[in-house]
Amino acid sequence: MSHLLEVKNLEVKFALRFGDITAINDVSFTLDKRERLGLVGESGAGKSVTGFSIINLISKPGFISKGSIWFEGNEISKYNDAQMREIRGNRIAMIFQDPMMTLNPVFTIGFQMVETLLAHRNISRAEARAIALEKLKKVHIPSPEQRLDQYPHELSGGMRQRVIIAISLLSDPAIIIADEPTTALDVTIQAEIMDLLQELCETDNMGLILITHDLGVVSQVTQKIAVMYAGKIIEFGPTDQVVHNPVHPYTIGLIGSIPGSIPPGQDLKQIPGMMPTLTDIPPGCAFNPRCELKQDICTRETPVLMEKQNGIMAACHMK
Amino acid sequence: MNAQEPLVKISDVVKHFDISGGYLDQLTFKSGRPVLEKTTVKAVNNVSLYVEKGETLSVVGESGCGKSTLARVIMGLYPPNSGSIHYKTDRIDNLTHEQWLPFRRKMQMIFQDPYASLNPRKTVRQTLEEPLRFHNPKMTNGEIRDKIADVMQQVGVDPAWITRYPHEFSGGQRQRISIARGLILDPEFIVADEPVSALDVSIQAQILNLLMELRVKRNLTYLFITHDLSVVHHISSRVAVLYLGTLCELADARTLFETPRHPYTRALLSAIPKVGEQAAKHIKLKGEVPTPVNLPPGCVFHGRCVYAYDRCRTEAPRLTELRDGTHVACHAVEEGRSLD
Repeated sequence: MSHLLEVKNLEVKFALRFGDITAINDVSFTLDKRERLGLVGESGAGKSVTGFSIINLISKPGFISKGSIWFEGNEISKYNDAQMREIRGNRIAMIFQDPMMTLNPVFTIGFQMVETLLAHRNISRAEARAIALEKLKKVHIPSPEQRLDQYPHELSGGMRQRVIIAISLLSDPAIIIADEPTTALDVTIQAEIMDLLQELCETDNMGLILITHDLGVVSQVTQKIAVMYAGKIIEFGPTDQVVHNPVHPYTIGLIGSIPGSIPPGQDLKQIPGMMPTLTDIPPGCAFNPRCELKQDICTRETPVLMEKQNGIMAACHMK
Repeated sequence: MNAQEPLVKISDVVKHFDISGGYLDQLTFKSGRPVLEKTTVKAVNNVSLYVEKGETLSVVGESGCGKSTLARVIMGLYPPNSGSIHYKTDRIDNLTHEQWLPFRRKMQMIFQDPYASLNPRKTVRQTLEEPLRFHNPKMTNGEIRDKIADVMQQVGVDPAWITRYPHEFSGGQRQRISIARGLILDPEFIVADEPVSALDVSIQAQILNLLMELRVKRNLTYLFITHDLSVVHHISSRVAVLYLGTLCELADARTLFETPRHPYTRALLSAIPKVGEQAAKHIKLKGEVPTPVNLPPGCVFHGRCVYAYDRCRTEAPRLTELRDGTHVACHAVEEGRSLD
């Protein structure tokens, strides 16, 4: 059976004045119906670019230089702009971090929802409004009829993010890509939004790609995790395995550096240094300058993602 | 509590901001007659707490709860509307600019965003040198150079980078430089307003470790403002929970995380996503945070609290001390009603 979404050996480059830099390097993963995948990493690891490239939102000077993306058995990475518009926002929806930036401040919620529907479907304005109302109910917005005629500034951050989710649900997408959907929100609101996303995956048979830097959130919501570092997936596996028995030294360090993973007052485990910029990724394993287990081979050969233990794949020479 | 005088003590501090704007903005009609009405944001309401020497007191709460305003009021950046602030035995909330100067050396602040808090047109040396020259006009160039190099080393920034500009550093390095700026006058008391929330998790760990190490080495006292409860759990000795500008719970960190009392604290703690735990059964709050412009009568939390009853809607609960030293402002806790 083919997967809902399959990303094969994806490589994304940005053509800059001094040459091409590789933002995504040989990234592969699959997503099935009702599956929730987490893409985790620090800023600049390439998690958002991965999300964008799935629906071909990479703008110049970026381009997909290698690899392919398959959605419901079709190679969507070969689609032209017109074909892509049928997929983007329709079959694969994306939710962004800042709900204030994604909603247009000068139009009402209802207008923005109806507009989206009319762009994708051949229905009347009244029908579109009915669908919009139904979706607002689905994301548990209180008094949805009233909200349709409100402007984004009249809603709180959590409500706005619910509206965004409702908009993304308008066309009954098969996949939602959520790029840091709760980073701008408070922790109690975050918990509600995450509950909602999980619930929707179950009730609507959707796949979810959750892009975040927060390992705590990912470990509660997703079933699989891909940990990214300097444009590569360096560890991939079932969430509870990756969280409890991580293999790659970077993942181990990342989990150790979260306050709460160790008794209060003790020193947090810290990873020395910082992630290299994409312009000077060290030869061999990109993590080698920060790694405790570094050997000669790490500076010479790039490790490939291999099956290690308990269903975890990791790219490390030493494990 | 030991007999020692607290380092910083604030009593019944109130800070309201007038946002009513100009004459025409204030003009409204009530039963046919024009009246001028002021609109105020009630950011901090009757907050009292103290910080003892050597401890780390964290103030937590969600956005808009007044935690940063409280920090700025303590630092004298906003004058409070009422209430008093004492530093050791001196009252500091009603001082003139000149009278403030000796306290500025002892109290320093570290801000959230190291991209915004460092002047992009100043080198690291200029940034670090300015407070030194201002407060110690007699210091020689050599002494200043040594002092800067010493502090830079302590925060883990290579002193050779002294001539660089902020844009040449990463976020973590910049935050180290802001910490260095906070430490350059050898203060006793540091107010850190979300010092790690703009940083990646591995860098955040580096900065938290650094702050903890400096606290021991330099015998510092911290007032830590943050929304991140796992950070709070990790570093604080005591925690104050703010909701809509009102203190709802104040307890030592262990007690608070083991047995949160106030319904809001419970909901807040249950919402922290923990690594390796399956989706927690977090307590769902009803409704939304009211705006601090129109504070609800009675307990500020009653609209969202599942345990609220008539008394909560009319009478504001007072902060009362429980047997284990926890202070809670909640009628239900005070009356010993079960919250399960």
